[in-house]
Amino acid sequence: MGLLSSSVSISRYRVEGDIEEPVLETVRNGLIRNVISHIEDEYAEMSVGWTPMESAFDPDFEKFTFSFGTYFVFSLRIDKKSVPSKIIKKYVSLEIIKKLKETHRDFLSKNEKKDIKDMVTEKLMRQMPSTPNMYDVMWDYENASVLFFSTQKSANEELETLFKKSFQLTLIRLFPFTMIEGSSFLKSEEKDLAANLASTKLLR
Amino acid sequence: MLDIAVSYNKYKFLGDEFLTWVWYLVENNINIKTMVDMECNKISLELGNSIVLENSLGDESSEKISIKGDDAGLEEGTTALRKGAVVTDINLILIVDESEWRFSIKGESMNITSLKTPATGNIESQDDIEGAVLEKIELYAIPFKIIDSLFDNFIKKRVSDQWKDVEIPAMRQWIAL
Repeated sequence: MGLLSSSVSISRYRVEGDIEEPVLETVRNGLIRNVISHIEDEYAEMSVGWTPMESAFDPDFEKFTFSFGTYFVFSLRIDKKSVPSKIIKKYVSLEIIKKLKETHRDFLSKNEKKDIKDMVTEKLMRQMPSTPNMYDVMWDYENASVLFFSTQKSANEELETLFKKSFQLTLIRLFPFTMIEGSSFLKSEEKDLAANLASTKLLR
Repeated sequence: MLDIAVSYNKYKFLGDEFLTWVWYLVENNINIKTMVDMECNKISLELGNSIVLENSLGDESSEKISIKGDDAGLEEGTTALRKGAVVTDINLILIVDESEWRFSIKGESMNITSLKTPATGNIESQDDIEGAVLEKIELYAIPFKIIDSLFDNFIKKRVSDQWKDVEIPAMRQWIAL
C-alpha cells in the first residue's frame, strides 16, 4: 500500500538512537546495502529489502531519489515464494509412481518418500516466481518518527528488523503505552500515574 | 522498562477507553478545538460508518458488537456501553475548516486504517511526484496531530480527579439517555 494511494493504512513509530553524520549519506548507504535481492532462480522462500518508492523493480538508489524535502521516503519490498501444498502433493505422487515403475517395486520406504518430497519441493520452489509486496516508509528524520504504510504484523516485524540492520536505529511502535511514554505534553508524574491505571467501568 | 509485548497487552484498555471517550465527545458535540494546538477556524469529529464495541465477559471470553452502515442506529452501541462494553474500533470523519479526512482507528494498537485525505492534485509527470509526496505527508500529519492531542488530553484527565468527578458522571448520563 502506497503513500500516494487514495486510501491507506498506517502504523507509526518513534525512532530511537543517533544516526551517523552526514545523515543523507548514511541513509543512502543503509538503503543501498540492503536493497531487495533477486530470488527468482533460487530456493529462498523470502527476500526482504529496500527499493525506491518510485521504482519497485529497479532498486537503484543512485537513479531514484529517497529524499523529499526534509523527509526520507522509500519502500520495503517483501518477495515471497510459496508452492500450494496440493501441487507439491500431486508432483510427489507422480514421482512415487514413476520410481515404483522404474524399480518394479510395490512400495517405497519412508525415507525414500521424504527424499522425493524434498526434491520435488526444491524443484518447484526454484520454478515458482515470487510474489512481491511493497509498503512505503516515510521517515521524518527531524522529528524522529516513521509512518509505515501497512498494519500487517508480519510486514511491521520485517520493517523493524531491516531498519535496525540498515541504520542501527531502533523503531518503537506507537500504541497507548509508548504514546504516553513519548508524550512531551504529559508531565513525568502523570506518566507514572498512567502506568498504574486500572480500567474504568462505565456501568455503575 | 516493560517489555513491548507486555506493555501492549497491559495498556490496550487505555486505547479502548480513549475511543469510548472520543465517541462521547462526538455524540455530545463537545468542542475539541480547545484541546488541539492548531491554527484553524474549526475542528470537528463525526462518527463515520462503523463502530465496534467489546464487552469482556471474564474467563477470557468476550462479546463483540459491530455496527456498520451510513445510517445505522447506535442504540445497540449505547446499550452495550451500559453493559460494560468499550469501543475497540471506530470510523471517524475529521473536519478541519473545509477539509475532510475519513479513517478508522483501533484502540489497542492506535493503527489507522482506510485513511482518506482531502483530494490532492493529479500527478501528470515525473516532476509532480515530489510535490504530491510532500502534500500527502502534510495531509497525513493533521489527523495524527489531532489524535495525539486528544489522547494527551484524555490521559491528563484520566490520571486526575476530573476523570471520576466530571468525565465519568457525564459519560454515564449520556449512556443512560
